[in-house]
Amino acid sequence: MGLQRSEEELAGKSRKAQLIQVSKNYRSVIRACMEDMHQAAISTRDPALQGQYSTQVSILSAMELIWNLCEILFVEAATAGALLLRLLDWVRLHVCDVDSMVREVLSSESPSKHKLFWNVVDVFVLQGRMDEARHLLSKEASANPTSMNMYKILDDLMKKMPVPSLGNTQTLTELELKWQHWHEECQRYLQDGTFASNPHMESICKILLGDEDAILEKKELMTTWYHFLVTRLLYSHPTVKPMELRFYAQSSMDLFLGGENSPEPLDMILMAAFEFEMHQVIKECSIVLSNWWFVAHLTDLLDHCKLLQSHNLYFGSNMREFLLLEYASGLFSHHSLWQLGVDYFDHCPEFGRVYLELHIERIPLSTEQKALKVLRICEQRQMHEQVRSICKIMAMKALRNNRLGSALSWSIRAKDAAFATLISDRFLKDYCERGCFSDLDLIDNLGPSMLLSDRLTFLGKYREFHRLYGEKRFPEAARLLLTLMTAHIAPCSFWMTLLTDALPLLEQKEVIFSAEQTYELMRCLEDLTAGNPDKQKFQDDDIETTKVEMLRLALARNLARVIVKEGTVEGS
Amino acid sequence: PPLGVLSKAFSYKWGIVSVQDNRISLWSAGDLGNAGLNGEYHGEPHLLCDIQHNGDVMDMQFLDQERIVVASSTGTVTIFRHHQNNQTLSASHQWEKAHYHVDQDTCSGGAACTGVICNNPEIVTVGEDGRINLFRADQKDAVRIIENADSSTLHAVTFLRTSEILTVNSIGQLKIWDLRQQRNEPSQIFSLAGDRVPLHCVDRHPNQQHIVATGGQDGMLSIWDIRQGTMPVSLLNAHEAEMWEVHFHPSDPDHLFTCSEDGSLWHWDTSSNVSEKPSFLHQGGRSTAYLSHSTINQSVVSAWLSNDPTKDRMEITNLIPNQTLSVNSLDVLGPCLVYGTDAEAIYVNRQLFA
Repeated sequence: MGLQRSEEELAGKSRKAQLIQVSKNYRSVIRACMEDMHQAAISTRDPALQGQYSTQVSILSAMELIWNLCEILFVEAATAGALLLRLLDWVRLHVCDVDSMVREVLSSESPSKHKLFWNVVDVFVLQGRMDEARHLLSKEASANPTSMNMYKILDDLMKKMPVPSLGNTQTLTELELKWQHWHEECQRYLQDGTFASNPHMESICKILLGDEDAILEKKELMTTWYHFLVTRLLYSHPTVKPMELRFYAQSSMDLFLGGENSPEPLDMILMAAFEFEMHQVIKECSIVLSNWWFVAHLTDLLDHCKLLQSHNLYFGSNMREFLLLEYASGLFSHHSLWQLGVDYFDHCPEFGRVYLELHIERIPLSTEQKALKVLRICEQRQMHEQVRSICKIMAMKALRNNRLGSALSWSIRAKDAAFATLISDRFLKDYCERGCFSDLDLIDNLGPSMLLSDRLTFLGKYREFHRLYGEKRFPEAARLLLTLMTAHIAPCSFWMTLLTDALPLLEQKEVIFSAEQTYELMRCLEDLTAGNPDKQKFQDDDIETTKVEMLRLALARNLARVIVKEGTVEGS
Repeated sequence: PPLGVLSKAFSYKWGIVSVQDNRISLWSAGDLGNAGLNGEYHGEPHLLCDIQHNGDVMDMQFLDQERIVVASSTGTVTIFRHHQNNQTLSASHQWEKAHYHVDQDTCSGGAACTGVICNNPEIVTVGEDGRINLFRADQKDAVRIIENADSSTLHAVTFLRTSEILTVNSIGQLKIWDLRQQRNEPSQIFSLAGDRVPLHCVDRHPNQQHIVATGGQDGMLSIWDIRQGTMPVSLLNAHEAEMWEVHFHPSDPDHLFTCSEDGSLWHWDTSSNVSEKPSFLHQGGRSTAYLSHSTINQSVVSAWLSNDPTKDRMEITNLIPNQTLSVNSLDVLGPCLVYGTDAEAIYVNRQLFA
């Protein structure tokens, strides 16, 4: 089924004309789908597929039929007079089994000689298409001069038949009077036996008089009970009021089906509509149609017409919302239609948000681009929890694939300091294991995002230290190194490494660390070693103790040199 | 309704390629060469042929008049050939797993290929795996693979010069790579000053190769002069969400087009700037014209590099009346603009400069 963007966005509109337009739009969409489906059906060669498509076409056609009726009765709420006209249109549009017959007769050379000629005339009369009927009859008349008299009278009657008009040119009472008058005239002609010699014309006259039996005789031409209903109304109660429809509908169905056939689901739905039982209509449609699209949108439209009483269901939301939620949830399982689902949830005031929150986290994020779209939707709706969780998922994925830059990029988006710390630890671990940094392009260019987490800042600065060292800018490097420790930016676990990094600086020919700096370094070393008195590892590990001793030695030597140096320089 | 509809216009025989539900369709829309001066069009586009594609189409480029290269979310790069005689599309060559991840469980899965650019017969692709591949259309294996070129996702690639490419990534860096050199390092790195906002698209000025435009995740349009500095020359606050594509008009580069997740497509027009100055940016303008005008006292700097866009009247128009869902891609040729959105089919605007 084709799916369309919903027009719920026009939520502010309460004027009938616009609602009718919306309804018409829906219907034209259904028709378009029907067309496409029909094309597919006739162009496919696979019989199974063809069967499938044809079924779809008939379902769509039924949907349009129901929708159209609802539009007339509920949205437009046609009143007496206009009601009949609309119903006539409705019938003409939807009962088309006779179309091919009509075409055949009309296109034949002398239609009046065609064996189906009278059938077609009857069809026109039954559908209230007077002009067309008269046109055909004139052909018959010209072919058959003997019946000229009869024809003239019948033609006249048909011409004079009063019908409701759409403009306000006559009131209902006027119409009724005129109609009564006309009805009596027809009656007279019939009783006079004017048409006695031509059974066809006689039957037409009877139909004009609203004779039920005469109309029922033409069952095959009407094909459905609702056609029968409308014809009946046309010829016996043209000023029918909406509320009266139910009685006529029921009796029409009974008479038409005649007790042999039981009504089909479609019939029940239409009956419910004629009875103005909107909830019943929706309920029946939900049962019959496998897809929520129809009921969700129809209900929404009716809700906008303020026609549905707010009918609280067990789950606390009203019917419109319930149906829309069901429908939208269905959309989310589709790989590309979930974006439309978001719009629907947005327009469900009570539970939309909750549903959205639950669904959006479960959309499979196959590419980063999709993840970005989902994130944008969450951010626009202030769904911070979801933003964090999606970014975390993407960051974890990136981390597993060793895409540290991507992982960092996701943590920045979510402003997730904890994750940034995790990533930095990964980098540092890599460094310790390999002795060099991976992904220098990332670390060298962290920029202000460095401040997202302390560990990240440390990483950036540590790399800077290496760079400075590489560029032989030793004093700056030294200062940086010291800051890293004293400002507590470096994690304690890393201090040993940092101190070891300081060794080459201490051993340089030139004195780099000032006295104060050296004292600081010594203090750091003492802090480090003092802080772990009972750590067995620290005492037993030869390498560690050697390192510490070397450091102490280097520091002491440096201190000595620097005191001397500063001592000599001082005073100037 | 399709997601991620992509559209590309191509050379003089105007064709549009669109993607809908992972089905690639080729449409013919008449000869651009015959379009009248005011771009009157000849009829609606009609479908020539289509073919199913495996995975989401992330990017595509025409290789030549008959072949198009498609980048897939599965990491595969495919060349499709259009057969004129029987109007069909077929896959003529494929590089599977051109982009892939190797995760810690040592099973490698495909990584989305995010960008592709062609300069017949060379094809360069980049992906979420941070890899850059150089293919030749007639060779089965890749000519060159730069592994781990980037630690983050490479979002887009374009040619700077014949053997140099530009890439943008998700930590806001613009990198130049020289493919003649063997080392796997970029020859230059540029980045934004502030937050490392991911960059999603890049395009180079058709005539002045030092002018580059990029679009970011925050919808910002940045113009760079790669001869100088490592930071952009101008930053223009454009869209409210990710800018997916940026394109200079190929023959009229005073015009720039950007499209975004926020559902808008903007036309940036700096041509009014050069109205008093001798205009050297005619269709097919050549660099010699530029040189001769530079002797005149007015500094004929490209309008894009002027530092104060508010002062030099740049006209910016949003070409989409009702913004709804994201505009994922656009392409422009002559007076015609084509773009695709998340909601409906592709749109064609044939009177850009009317």
